[in-house]
Amino acid sequence: MKNRDSYSHLRGESLYIDDLNTQQGTLYGLVCDAQIAHAKILDLDIVKAEALAGVVKIFTHSDVPGKNQIGGIIPDEPLLAETDIHFWGQPIAFIVAKSEAIAKKARALINIKTEALPVITTAIEAFEKGEFVCAPRTFKLGDTSKAFKNCDYIIKGNTFSNGQEHLYLETQGAYAEYHENGKIKVTSSTQGPTQVQKAVAKVLGVGMHQVEVDVIRLGGGFGGKEDQATAWAVMAALAAKTLHKPVKYVLNRHDDLRMTGKRHPYDSSFKIGLNKDLKIQAFEATFLQNSGAAADLSPAIAERTLFHATNAYNIKNVNTTVHSCKTNLPPNTAFRGFGGPQGMFVIESAIAKVAEKLNIPAFKIQEANLLQDNDVFSYGQIAMQVEAKNTWQSAINSFNFESNFKAVKKFNSKNNGVKKGISIMPICFGISFTNTPMNHARALVHIYQDGSVGFSTGAVEMGQGVNTKLQQIVMYTFGLAKEKIHIESTNTTRVANTSPSAASATADLNGKALLKACKALKERLFNVASKNLNIPDSELSFKDGKVCQNSKPTHLSWEVLIETAFLERVSLSEKAHHTTPKIYFDKSKEKGHPFAYHVYGTAISTVAVDCIRGTYEIESVKIVHDFGKSMNLNIDMGQVEGALAQGIGWMTMEEIAYDKNGRLLSNALSTYKIPDIYAMPKIIEVKVLESDGHKMALLKSKAVGEPPLMYGIGTYFAIQNAIKAFNNNYELKFDAPLTPEKVLKSLYSNAFKL
Amino acid sequence: MIEFVLNNKLIKTDANAGMTLIDFIRSEQQLKGTKIGCREGDCGACTVLVGSLNNKDILYKSITSCISPLGNAHGKHIVTVEGINLEDRLNTVQIALKNNNATQCGFCTPGFVMSLIGLGLQNILVSKEDAIKAISGNICRCTGYKSIEKSAYQIYDKLTKMPFSNRLNWLVDNSYLPNYFLAIADKLKKIKNHTPADIEGVLVAGGTDLYVQNADALAEADVNLVYQSQQLAGITFYKDRCIVGAETTVSDLFYNDAMLTYFPDIRNFLKLVSSEPIRNMATIAGNFVNASPIGDLTIFFLALNASITLQNKSHSLRTILLKDFYKGYKKLDLKPDEHIVNIAFNVPKVKYKFNFEKVSKRTHLDIASVNSAIQMSVSNNKVDFVYFSLGGVAPVPFYLTETCQFLTGKTLSVEILKEATQILQQEIKPISDVRGDETYKRLLARQLFYAHFLKLFPKTFQILELVN
Repeated sequence: MKNRDSYSHLRGESLYIDDLNTQQGTLYGLVCDAQIAHAKILDLDIVKAEALAGVVKIFTHSDVPGKNQIGGIIPDEPLLAETDIHFWGQPIAFIVAKSEAIAKKARALINIKTEALPVITTAIEAFEKGEFVCAPRTFKLGDTSKAFKNCDYIIKGNTFSNGQEHLYLETQGAYAEYHENGKIKVTSSTQGPTQVQKAVAKVLGVGMHQVEVDVIRLGGGFGGKEDQATAWAVMAALAAKTLHKPVKYVLNRHDDLRMTGKRHPYDSSFKIGLNKDLKIQAFEATFLQNSGAAADLSPAIAERTLFHATNAYNIKNVNTTVHSCKTNLPPNTAFRGFGGPQGMFVIESAIAKVAEKLNIPAFKIQEANLLQDNDVFSYGQIAMQVEAKNTWQSAINSFNFESNFKAVKKFNSKNNGVKKGISIMPICFGISFTNTPMNHARALVHIYQDGSVGFSTGAVEMGQGVNTKLQQIVMYTFGLAKEKIHIESTNTTRVANTSPSAASATADLNGKALLKACKALKERLFNVASKNLNIPDSELSFKDGKVCQNSKPTHLSWEVLIETAFLERVSLSEKAHHTTPKIYFDKSKEKGHPFAYHVYGTAISTVAVDCIRGTYEIESVKIVHDFGKSMNLNIDMGQVEGALAQGIGWMTMEEIAYDKNGRLLSNALSTYKIPDIYAMPKIIEVKVLESDGHKMALLKSKAVGEPPLMYGIGTYFAIQNAIKAFNNNYELKFDAPLTPEKVLKSLYSNAFKL
Repeated sequence: MIEFVLNNKLIKTDANAGMTLIDFIRSEQQLKGTKIGCREGDCGACTVLVGSLNNKDILYKSITSCISPLGNAHGKHIVTVEGINLEDRLNTVQIALKNNNATQCGFCTPGFVMSLIGLGLQNILVSKEDAIKAISGNICRCTGYKSIEKSAYQIYDKLTKMPFSNRLNWLVDNSYLPNYFLAIADKLKKIKNHTPADIEGVLVAGGTDLYVQNADALAEADVNLVYQSQQLAGITFYKDRCIVGAETTVSDLFYNDAMLTYFPDIRNFLKLVSSEPIRNMATIAGNFVNASPIGDLTIFFLALNASITLQNKSHSLRTILLKDFYKGYKKLDLKPDEHIVNIAFNVPKVKYKFNFEKVSKRTHLDIASVNSAIQMSVSNNKVDFVYFSLGGVAPVPFYLTETCQFLTGKTLSVEILKEATQILQQEIKPISDVRGDETYKRLLARQLFYAHFLKLFPKTFQILELVN
């Protein structure tokens, strides 16, 4: 089945926030943000701006009726700055005017006097100065100090991976309406409707029942709208509540880039020990996470870095620590992979470094250490149904790795202008919110009297295809065509207290709740059918709009059954609640069983580096991916390819740059480049791993959103290998992204001096 | 009064000609299928088609409506996604995209659809590569492009069956377009051309740079839309000179047969210059007066030793060499009442060699870290003359006078080239910025200098001899 929104997407009829019909009298919001990264506010003068014709009101922190606080995990983030500024782009005032153009002119008239304070932009500097957003975390397994004593090889090193801008094509935005009795309805482009609802209620000082949040769809999220869609929705709501008017606020791209956080940059160091048999005996790593100016989701992201610090490898002695360092950058936030990619980059760097020292290809070390059933992760979970070796072996065989590896060597021996590089990247990614209490979801299903079905869940559609999968659940359970089924927008009044659509778990959680609701309805309907047809329940099923006996259609149609059930006063509505079983995590011990299951896969990347120009092409990325038993390969393949593209972008061309004053330099699409069609690998091949699937996954179809992003890490190491083939003296560096600038400098590391 | 046909509707509006086309489409006309992604022509979510009457045919091209002034729509057919939807089913382009799962969040999708419809309306289909070129200005953050690429190739294959005449009818018959397209030419004929009035205001041609810098102000300003007159467009030849009108777009250069004859690789060079919709709008003179030190076309024409002719308000003309046009960072030898009329250069002789190089963070649709062009004539391995330019290494698009002087008359050898790079390094003054630090730009300048010779004299030079 295709993406259920294909038709309206392709016709330009799908609605996003900026496309909503605005009500008469709608006002337009605009944030006035700090143009300095760290300062005391001495004076905030809005008089001139507020006097401009068409300006309705300019909100500052003192206009907040409730709490001026939107921090999700830790309450450390004011909605509007009070006495201090902590990052360049921090919202200070919210201008509301009759048009966007007027609001922009008003913004230029706001005068803010500040006293500059020292600015920290790097995690290392914050670490040295003891600036943190939360306490460090450490995962330990075995005894690394003891293990290192017996290692044949010990290698240390440092790595850096830069941040990454989400660049959802639809910028952040919200539309807030004032309803009777002071109720506020916010249509928001958020991955977390409940988070928005909670924050609006808190800032307005009202109950959550006074706030309705509705989400139609997102023009991309990727984590960037998990926590950071909240501020704009709250500001629009604050204005709507105060002015009793509808207020729209859609960020322009520059404002969005400047004011929102990104994937966390990480400065990390590692120490790895191996024996002659290439088995990794011990691994230590310290991760300095550049959290930005407030906690946002950093503590949870830091935690996931530790969960994935050993990637798909079995290491018996592990000691990893992460520090969430407070800097004067916009609070960094969730981004597909959620700290996992940053962790994996370090272990892969460590392996590459060892391989360089031993003068062997890295894949020999990777292969010798792949996870197997009953291995123990550093956080105590026992690995089961492990597919690491299966995907690895399948990739090696299906994609003729050995002959390709030789071909690359041969090519390099004959060519100087172009060198090729090849690498393998295995992945292992845990599925579930690592914060166990978040692993629940609900669904609400109505069968209408005419047999059509409408349903709601807490899932937010942002292009990942969750609505298509959910629709499949209903089609599958009731044997109905898709035309009979409507998915409602995600709305806090229909499905409440939801977890955000994140952690790749949206389809699993919401789908399982939906399945449960559909099954309950099915059971009731079977009762009705059974009585009417005089057939035992056990022989009944639904197919193609008919009630079937032993899979053969009876005369009873779905519509007649529904009408009958209705007349018999059987409830045609159902709400169900799902919680992920078995999972737990004890933070006091840093041990537990946090994941429902893991997703595995192996990617082989081949690149060609132009040794004259320092540019490169990714020739191919060939992947064997563990989909479980995919319930929709159309959707899932799209997730793999799209995530891979983002992973490649993060590792190669996407370069976030702040100056030392904390001002974003990569502040437009002209200076921040994400992959275009030409930048993609010439060949992407994705092979489905034969598997029985996992029963904790929806219809045994494993979560797919985040894991494939990490295949992109492979391109980094493939390019490094190509550089090494040109420049023998080059020592591997782990400084992502590997832009053409870094490549050219590495190719000529010893041959060009100014 | 601006008059044009928007989809199937005749528009007459008094809106300010300087407002962006996208704002008119979305806010005034409430057509929400065209999306705003970046407002600087860098994402393609706002792609629309512009049809211009050419005798009895209409020529369509894609543009980014976010940096196009409304006034440039006068007399044209503007097509948005709503205008290519069939009544109750998907069109052929949309079906291909659907079948290949080429839409996820959907926000970029209408832009891709429009670019691919544009491919069908394009005059010449040369190769499969055209399909990718058509969508080169469209950014997608969800799919990883492979599904889109596959769709584009399928569409291309189908389009190759299109006959050379009655193309619109074929496109309508094959469900690419609704049939109202067949009546558009007649509607356009009824719109009167603007007589080029001497509007006092900001001179705007394609708008691809001005609207990135200052769309808000232009939306309310008086604009002098030179694009409308088309007096300054076109590529002509007079004796041994090639004269390029100031308003000639990059696409005009791209598709010009004579240019292709003189510069067989020109299409590969120009593909490195922005993206298809931008090339469709951006003018050569615009690139010159923008005065960016890394203007691709400026670098290109500097190596042709081009001259430019300027005209002032009293219609008097003066001609100067392009390399003398630049006086300092964004400083031009251009009086306030002057504008560029044309660009001229000597038609290259058969033995002349020309090459253009550009390196940027992303190969396509990006601004160069360093770009470079060279034209030279070499007889018996001896340099008769050489023109060599480098961008991104000085406050201006840079012509390397001393390096050229050094090379002239020399016999080409590894040693001579190495020596030349020493002079090159003394001539240039790159600064560190977001496109690379000084060391990188110096290294890259050397590499691109070598790249010219490796490409033009592959039998004479080997990379390792040069760089070691």
